Parts: sequence; C-alpha cells; structure tokens
Amino acid sequence: MVGSMRIGILALQGAFIEHENMLQHLGVETQQVRLSLHLKDLDGLIIPGGESTTIAKLAIDFGLFDDLKAFASGHPVWGTCAGAILLAKDDHSNPPSLDMMDIHIVRNAFGRQVDSFQADLQVAALAHLNGSNPTFPAVFIRAPIINTVGKKVEILAQIGFDKIVAARQGHLLATVFHPELTNDVRFHRYFLEMIPSK
Amino acid sequence: MTETTGTFAVKKGLAQMLKGGVIMDVVTAEHARIAEDAGACAVMALERVPADIRADGGVARMSDPELILKIMDTVSIPVMAKCRIGHFVEAQILEALGVDYIDESEVLTPADESHHIYKHDFKVPFVCGCRNLGEALRRIGEGAAMIRTKGEAGTGDVVEAVRHARTVLGEIRHLQIMPVEELMTYAKNIGAPYELVMEVHKTGKLPVVNFAAGGIATPADAALMMQLGVEGVFVGSGIFKSGDPAKRAAAIVKSVTHYNEPKILAEISRNLGEAMVGRQISTLPDNELMAGRGW
Repeated sequence: MVGSMRIGILALQGAFIEHENMLQHLGVETQQVRLSLHLKDLDGLIIPGGESTTIAKLAIDFGLFDDLKAFASGHPVWGTCAGAILLAKDDHSNPPSLDMMDIHIVRNAFGRQVDSFQADLQVAALAHLNGSNPTFPAVFIRAPIINTVGKKVEILAQIGFDKIVAARQGHLLATVFHPELTNDVRFHRYFLEMIPSK
Repeated sequence: MTETTGTFAVKKGLAQMLKGGVIMDVVTAEHARIAEDAGACAVMALERVPADIRADGGVARMSDPELILKIMDTVSIPVMAKCRIGHFVEAQILEALGVDYIDESEVLTPADESHHIYKHDFKVPFVCGCRNLGEALRRIGEGAAMIRTKGEAGTGDVVEAVRHARTVLGEIRHLQIMPVEELMTYAKNIGAPYELVMEVHKTGKLPVVNFAAGGIATPADAALMMQLGVEGVFVGSGIFKSGDPAKRAAAIVKSVTHYNEPKILAEISRNLGEAMVGRQISTLPDNELMAGRGW
C-alpha cells in the first residue's frame, strides 16, 4: 500500500528535505510542491516547518493558496510547526492561514530560540506502531501552541494539562513540534495510515 | 516531563527551519518590517550594513542593545545579531537580550586574532563564516550550529561568495571519494577535527545547515548560490542599498524558492530599480578585505 502512495511536501521554504528523507526511508514516493501543478495526483501533503509568514506569502504570490485549501478539503494534510499555523483557523492576521482546522494557535508561544527545547511526549495514538510504547522524542523550535480546539478535534498530545501540541481533525493533522528532526518515523507512519487505500 | 533547552538539536534545528530562505541585514525597525513583509525568514539586526562599515572605517562592534530590542519587538520572525570574532562577552550580552542566533562575524572588527568563541557553552546558537571546508569544520568543532560561506560583505560583488561555496562544496565532494586511510592526513592538512572529517566523508554534507553570504545583490545572484548547492542566503547591503528595497527583497525571496526555474527568475527580475552600487573586489586593497579575518 505504502509503495503506491505519492505524498507532496510543500517546498516553498523551510525543512522540507527532512520530511522527504523520512518518507523516502519509508518507501513512499515524494513530490516537492512549489507550484499548483505539483499538487496533481498526490495522495496527501505535508506542510513543513519554516517561517509561516514566508511560506504563506510565497503561497499567495505564486497563486498556490486557494489550491492548497482545495487540496486540504479533500486529502490528508499534515502541518508541522509553521505548517500547523497554516492549517489553523484564520485569526485575520497578516498573512492569512488556510483556515482548515478548528484550532486556534499562538505563534512562538514558548518564547524565543533560547527557550526552544526537547521533551518526551506521551502519544497514545502512536503506541500501536512500536510495541505499545507511547513515548515520542519531540523537538520544539520557537514552537507555537494550540490553545483551543473545536468539538471535532481530537487532542493527540499535550504538555502538562493545558498545552496542546498535537491534534487531529479527520484527515487533517497538526503538530507544533518536529518529528522530521528525529530518527523516529512513527508520526510519519501515523500520517500515512490516514491516507485512504486506493 | 523534562524540557531540555539549548541542545545541539534545537540549535541546529532553527537553522533547518531557515533553509530555502533569505536572511536580511536591517538597521532600523522600519527596515525589519519591510524585510518581514517581503518574506525574509529572519533578519540580522545591526547598526550599519557592511557597505557603510566599509565606507566609514574605524572599529565595528556589536550593535546597541536598544536597537536590537526594538527590532525584536517589531517582527515575529527570528532576529539574529553580530558579535566580533572571539568577543565572548558581546556574545553573552546578545544571549541575555534573547536574540535567536548570533553571527560571530568577520564583518565586525575581530576582538581576538587567534581564537574564536567556544560556542558549545551558550544556549543561543551561532552561525559562523568560512572560506573552505577546514574553516567550516573548525567552527562546527567549536559549536557553530550553522555555517555561511563568507564571500566579501558590502561589495555587491558575488565573486568571492562563489569562490567560497565552490571551495567548500568541492572539498566535500573530494573528501567523499577519498580512501579512509587518507582521512587523518587530510584532517591534519586542512586543520579540521578528525571526527568531523570522518562524518563528512560518510554523509557527503556538512553536519549543519550551510548558507551563502557576502556580495549577493540580485535575484540571479541568490539563485546562482542555490544552484551551486547552498541551502539559503544572507543578503546584507544588497537590499537596503538598492533603489527599491521592498521590491528587491521580495524578488530575492522568490528567487531562492524558484532557483531552478529560469522563466520564473526572468519574471521576478523585471523592473527592480537600481541594484546597489557595487565595489569590484579585485580593485580593493588587501587591508580592506573582510573574509581573511578569523582563521
């Protein structure tokens, strides 16, 4: 099943090659997406970490913004960090987000770079992928926080009682940390499980 | 749950998030806003762009913290700032201000002609310049979490940036095909830590992100550096010394994303106004060259 999948990675700016390496390691065909035409025949899309203002601006300037919205309304999409910010509800800031998930996000919520950190998360949704071990080594870089979620959103991981750091709404996945910077492929495998088989 | 800050993974990780982007020199909060609006992935806060440092002469030092803080307040993207080579107290001050990256930079007047800063001790990550693989690996050995080729800052002449990128990337290609028994001698000859030489031999790339800097003035210059194999660009004087900074800044951002698409590059290169007035590096006296600072 994995062999016949084609997953796109938005490659406007940011850490797209790290996601590509992870997916290729899992035997998945990948496509770097810089223009709307690259979205053709994809089974899913990853919006990587990077600077959300830069990525959103480039998506708008090259006419990709509405096509990303259309793609995300019918296909699995995973946003990491900046990508999660782009999937979140549009809070009418500049630049706008894609407004796809019923989550509110606060940018740079943990502070500046000196506050960036690593922490082991408990992610029950990943347990079945590795002998029931739910611990995931997460890397947070100037990370945002998901501060509220709508009724249809499932919380996958949090820090303490209040800081939501991973959430899923149907075919859309948001993580504010960076599985692509680790050697642990379970979040990538989790995302691939969200792709309907052909 | 334990949260660990200041690890090499998070230091290097921020540079990974900057890839495919443009880091722009800014000297005022207003410049920083223009850079952010144009799509810069980070800004470098400083008092004078390299072209002015060159023109003014005198000793160039870390910027006034007041200016850096104003810029940090103005934009949401990462803010970098420069300290002098070897000036670890300037670096401590920049870390205390909360800047996101420190550039231990040859553009400022060196504080130590023999030693760079021991960067592992800091929570804030460092980017350092290099002209060749040995210099890159020495800086990484000292704890740099990001590398940039030096080029020759403040000239608008891309020739040194090209020379340094070709040298570093060429030496990596050469190192990859070397037989393993030659690596120790190679490490000795280029003055680089053996373990890092071994790592580059195995992986075929630097262990940290590598940007280009020093003389990039047009979208075509930026795309040239990307096609040569760097992962992003610093643009110093090239933007705010040009006729229409906002337009040129946005065009250079686009050129780094679409560096392999000549038709798009042709479109975004149109009508950008005057580029910065360049200074041809081959006409500069040796004592005005910055790239030779540091070792």
